[in-house]
Amino acid sequence: MEVKREKLSGPSSSGQPLGSAPLRVESLNTSQLLRGGELEGANQPAHLEGTELERYVEERMLTTTLDSAVAWARSNAFFPLAFGLACCAMEQFHAAGPRMDIGRFGFEAFRASPRQADLIILAGRVSIKMAPIIRRLYDQMLEPKWAISMGACCSSMGVFNNYALVPADKFMPIDVHVPGCPPRPEALMHGVLKLRKMVQDDPDMGWRERYDAVGTEEIVPGA
Amino acid sequence: MPDATGLELIAHDLGEAVIETVYFRERATLEIDPAAIRPTLQHLREQGYTFLASVHGVDYYPEEPRLGVHYELLDMSRVDRITVKLRLPTDSPKVDSVTDEWPTANHQEREVYDMFGVSFDDHPDLRRILMPEDYEGHPQRRDFPIGGEPVIFTYDEAKWLESRE
Amino acid sequence: MSPPTPPASPPTLSAYRRREQSITLSPVEEPLEGGAETTDELLTLNFGPHHPATHGVLRLLVTLEAEIVRDVKPIIGYVHTGIEKTAEDKAYWKVIPVVERMDYLAYYFNAMAYIGAVETLLEVEVPKRAQYLRVIHLELNRIASHLIWLGTSALDLGAVSIFLYCLRERELILDLFEMSSGARMHTRYFQVGGVIEDIPSGFEPKLREFLKVMPERADEYGAILNSNEIILQRLRGTCPLDAETLLSLGVTGPLLRAAGNPWDLRKAAPYSSYEDFDFKIPVGTVGDNYDRFAVRLAEIYESVKIISQALDGLPEGPHITGDRKVALPPRHELATSMEALIHHFKLVTEGFRVPPGEVYYPIESPRGELACFVRSDGSSKPARVHMRDPSFVNLQALAPMTRGSYIADMIATTAMLDPILGGIDR
Repeated sequence: MEVKREKLSGPSSSGQPLGSAPLRVESLNTSQLLRGGELEGANQPAHLEGTELERYVEERMLTTTLDSAVAWARSNAFFPLAFGLACCAMEQFHAAGPRMDIGRFGFEAFRASPRQADLIILAGRVSIKMAPIIRRLYDQMLEPKWAISMGACCSSMGVFNNYALVPADKFMPIDVHVPGCPPRPEALMHGVLKLRKMVQDDPDMGWRERYDAVGTEEIVPGA
Repeated sequence: MPDATGLELIAHDLGEAVIETVYFRERATLEIDPAAIRPTLQHLREQGYTFLASVHGVDYYPEEPRLGVHYELLDMSRVDRITVKLRLPTDSPKVDSVTDEWPTANHQEREVYDMFGVSFDDHPDLRRILMPEDYEGHPQRRDFPIGGEPVIFTYDEAKWLESRE
Repeated sequence: MSPPTPPASPPTLSAYRRREQSITLSPVEEPLEGGAETTDELLTLNFGPHHPATHGVLRLLVTLEAEIVRDVKPIIGYVHTGIEKTAEDKAYWKVIPVVERMDYLAYYFNAMAYIGAVETLLEVEVPKRAQYLRVIHLELNRIASHLIWLGTSALDLGAVSIFLYCLRERELILDLFEMSSGARMHTRYFQVGGVIEDIPSGFEPKLREFLKVMPERADEYGAILNSNEIILQRLRGTCPLDAETLLSLGVTGPLLRAAGNPWDLRKAAPYSSYEDFDFKIPVGTVGDNYDRFAVRLAEIYESVKIISQALDGLPEGPHITGDRKVALPPRHELATSMEALIHHFKLVTEGFRVPPGEVYYPIESPRGELACFVRSDGSSKPARVHMRDPSFVNLQALAPMTRGSYIADMIATTAMLDPILGGIDR
């Protein structure tokens, strides 16, 4: 899509009447481009032939593998499950709030139904009564799905290491743990963006080489 | 709070049901015989303490009788508080429920049952409220272990995995 | 309607049907007897622990006749954290962050109730400056709690934009908390004997700015919501409950005040210098959902008044008690005084010992009477900490309020009840 700035009295290429806005955004389609419509300079694509035409087109197109394209699309369109358990849910609200806006990245569509969500952010402490229910919610989500464990209580036991809580690792696979009690909205964003990077490229984020910790990948519970 | 004299007068009115009166940090506590809880609360209601603020349990381990139930009463017109306390032995922790006179005690007595094992006779619905229905044990008792999970760190993950096999 | 009994199974029933008919509801979950004039059918619907309403993991078993609610049974315990058990395991000082996480919107109030109980046992005196600072933070937390209540309730009723506006104000409050203590939530700012640190120099101008802005914003919310036909129709006249029944159910706080009873512990039994401030108690007339909403909205203005009075009258002085057996000595003394070093060491390793006794300390939290019962046996760890949480008791009022109303009214009533599951389940 090309943006064209036009003077008010100038001619318009699509023949529409002049509006009151000094800036008009027009999308010139390819045929107009190649016909050499309003482009300045001598680089009229209508006069390009052969390899020059190919190079002209290549500069303006993006090629990629289908996998990467799909991964890029998935990572930029997480639909988080509106799921808040305890105090971390308050900071999750703030992450969706006006200052630290999760909608900037495209993740503001919190869905209530697990069937429509693909990211579950476990915000808060998981008690033993709630654990089977969370597992059922996670099972109801459709593939591909990811899980972020937000806060210290569900990642490890947090402040309360006692009979009533379960760390989330014990009953479902977690992709990203976000530490904090509660983590600041910025910290949650950092976790979500890490997940986004994980989904977009290689899950290996490099620190394992740096800390000589290759081979310490995530435990799969029940394996 | 009723002052120390007021507390003694109330205790005198209640007669034999009272085991002990405690006036501590300007707060009045009546320790009574568990069988007399309903008449005691009724009497205190007539004295003006019409609001039952809290029913909670305490475990006095290792002193016997071990399980205690506290009833916090409030007189809103005179801004007076009084605590009624009773102690139950572990082998037969039963006491009458006050839910029909004081509907606020419904969930609170269920919580005492869940956490301490004190059963309330004539409670409309005595089930566990905070723990899962089929949980065994009464967590808030002092001899119940605190539980918890060992935290898995990255450096001893392999060892932990081995120990699980 | 009698509970469904499985018929003598004819051979044509499939295994699925046979299993379905063999399920009997537990006596508690069975639908109510009678009461169905229009239809014969009572439906038991499970508003499961996961639902779009942002009130936490509250499970409601609703018995419905068409769309009319006949009975509601709340099932709780899905976020039970064993806070009271954990508190028995830690020194008195270390219980403060544990207890703060109970009612997770009113964290200063949880800390205040517990600390008040411990201070009563210790008979330690809190300096005046610390009391005023406590009042400032408590009232700021009250405003923050009411903002989340307003935002999530409006979200439940369908007004999604109010949620974002309330979060905008709450960000200002959390900035102030971060300024005074370093953390936005669960700040451990209150300590036994006072507050952990005096407020920094930029706190007062920022707070004054906030106090100027907050009433205008509250006016905005009132203007938006009070002229919205949908909000008014959903809240006016729905699910009223009179003060008598509420008192017998043990309900306190804005719910009781909406029904007409002006009971507020800040006025009735003032603690922490509340008697020095001049403020009113908003009281409703009918006790329906609209009154509950209006009372909480009005309380925001009153809290702003209290904070500005506290800020104007903030006395000079220490921010924590001088009793070194209870409060840490200031760091600069550790280099010069041996006693200070010993006190610091004892306090940090073992903690202070509290004389044996039992105390019940009630305060007025945004949801009602929040009290802490502490039993001490003379050691450095509490023997029993029980938090009397207002939401736990207020939840019992949901069933009487919603009997005979529509489901949509039940949703609105749950929102106006302001349940916080952290406090309910502890």
